[in-house]
Amino acid sequence: MRPEQQYIAFFAAQKQALNKIFSELINSKRDEAFDVFQKKGFPVFNSENYQHTDIPTLMAPDYGFNFSGLKAEIDPYKVFKCNVPNLSSTIHFIINDRLYKNDKKSTTLPEGVFSGSLNDFSKDFPEIFRKYYGKLATPDKNGIEAFNTMFVQDGYVLYVPPNTAIESPIQVTNIIRGSVDSLMTRRFLVIIEEGAEAKMLVCDHTADKTPQFAVTQVTEIFVGENAVFDFYELEESSENTIRLASNFVSQKASSNVVINGISLCNGITRNNYDVYLEGENAIHHLYGLAITDKTQKIDNTSNIEHRAPHCQSDELFKYILDEQSTGVFNGRIVVAKDAQKTQAYQNNRNLCCSRESRMFSKPQLEIYADDVKCSHGMTTGQLDENALFYMRSRGIGEEEARLLLKFSFTNDVIEGIRLPNLKDRLKMLVEKRFRGELVKCQGCI
Amino acid sequence: MLNIKNLHASINGKEILKGIDLQVNAGEIHAIMGPNGSGKSTLSAVLVGNPAFEVTEGEVHFQGKDLLDLSPEERSCEGLFLSFQYPVEIPGVSMVNFMRTAVNEHRKHKGLEPLAAGEFLKMMREKQAIVELDTNLINRSVNEGFSGGEKKKNEIFQMSVLEPTLSILDETDSGLDIDALRVVANGVNKLKCPDNATIVITHYQRLLDYIKPDFVHVLYKGKIVKSGGAELALELEKKGYDWLKEE
Repeated sequence: MRPEQQYIAFFAAQKQALNKIFSELINSKRDEAFDVFQKKGFPVFNSENYQHTDIPTLMAPDYGFNFSGLKAEIDPYKVFKCNVPNLSSTIHFIINDRLYKNDKKSTTLPEGVFSGSLNDFSKDFPEIFRKYYGKLATPDKNGIEAFNTMFVQDGYVLYVPPNTAIESPIQVTNIIRGSVDSLMTRRFLVIIEEGAEAKMLVCDHTADKTPQFAVTQVTEIFVGENAVFDFYELEESSENTIRLASNFVSQKASSNVVINGISLCNGITRNNYDVYLEGENAIHHLYGLAITDKTQKIDNTSNIEHRAPHCQSDELFKYILDEQSTGVFNGRIVVAKDAQKTQAYQNNRNLCCSRESRMFSKPQLEIYADDVKCSHGMTTGQLDENALFYMRSRGIGEEEARLLLKFSFTNDVIEGIRLPNLKDRLKMLVEKRFRGELVKCQGCI
Repeated sequence: MLNIKNLHASINGKEILKGIDLQVNAGEIHAIMGPNGSGKSTLSAVLVGNPAFEVTEGEVHFQGKDLLDLSPEERSCEGLFLSFQYPVEIPGVSMVNFMRTAVNEHRKHKGLEPLAAGEFLKMMREKQAIVELDTNLINRSVNEGFSGGEKKKNEIFQMSVLEPTLSILDETDSGLDIDALRVVANGVNKLKCPDNATIVITHYQRLLDYIKPDFVHVLYKGKIVKSGGAELALELEKKGYDWLKEE
């Protein structure tokens, strides 16, 4: 039996039940996604972009859904206190699939901003929802999008109206918890209208380490003209967590976006990044950092499309792999025929700190314009022996010297963070991670 | 302080040092000169424990301890310091972080508590003044983008912070202009005291005008072929090495 079969049968049987719980607009997209999923299924292992991650096999077990949305028996606002100093005044929690309802209305957000549940947004703002939901993450993309759209339960929406700036970053913390194996489908929708500004931090935590969890997460980000948006995502899950995430970004003219995905602790992770630069002079920074050991695996696949002239993209992914872990990077940049004066830079730098760790990297540039500046570079190597010896000759022990070098390797990705408090906190977390100390944000999880 | 007996060392199976004997006492400055490829840098590398070199014979005692038995970091903590001929750039590791880690490892070795942040920075400022090192450099990554002269000054700066008992300056004068040379040499002289010793490896008499050696040794084909006082360096400057090779 194909792994898809159980989900197809399940959807057919449960569709009515699903439709009862969730909003009509969300439901209206399920059938189309179902049609596509039946035909296409999950991405085939060994196909072009799935050389190293076998999604059908990962999705084969019967993890079990939680449609009835069993109420979280905790109040995350009391249990999980993020103590990154002054980081955020707007905090949301998604527990497994659902955004946790907070009775307290946040008053700090400017007028017209929506920051809350996908279900609520689709009911309260159907016009905007219709205009954006599923427009980038169309079901025919990778299979994950169709699957997610079929089963989506809830998620988070940030809507920022034109010329409105949200000063303090918005924080959304995903918390996976439960005593049994389960499968979650989450959704993020971000709409930053023209001239608006916002920053967002998504923390991805697994609270219970023993059960097997699988998550699909689809994020669609629309950034209007002259708008500025930062999206930081920090994964601190468990060795038993499978994360299949698809991120889509569409940028209008003169917009400026930072996407930074940091994996400190995970099981098997696949992150897709699709970035479309649709208007002139748009700037995009895409960063990724992966720190792995044991048998962890991180597969980041990016596709940046320069569709308009005079845009800039700057991509940097770094991996520090230890023990038997695996890193995968696929980086594709496409410069359309008319996208003259494009500047596109891609860098992938990797450290293999053990003999058994493995890195697979595939840079890809497709340039159809003739007046562009594009470059890509990839290196995979070990720690610099000369630097190690230099440090040791100053009295720094070998372990400590290795740690300093690994830490320094992460520097330029962390420096790409435009939130000073988060930057400092991440430096601390990364150092702790390398020291083998329990990775957790104090206070949270 | 340092006692080298019949030291042999090789790299990739090729023997470079072929029986070095050398004794250095507290308060002394020794200069080691010699033509290219004679083994000067190898000697310094072996003394600080560069793992690329293999000691095949002989022994080295440093303040009564078997030096060859110690790891590079232990040698440093015991008071040995090498000013590298080619200081290594370490992007992403700030000078401050690097030095603080080194200082605190030294303190741990001596059974002392780590230095408080304020005290550490105060010490950094004081030592910086000795070698006239630009404050901006302290806030940068170790040696990254430093000019040749700045790198050498940085070596002497590190030396002043770590206060070694025995310093080995491996061609610290190479790549320095006259002014930088004077600054570096002054730094070395200011740090000089009756309890410590210095080995200066150099090609040229020039540095020895500033740092006056008590002894000059000529290394040739992996052996010390001639030793003498400061006047030997002057003689070498005039006559070159050929007359020694013939002897």
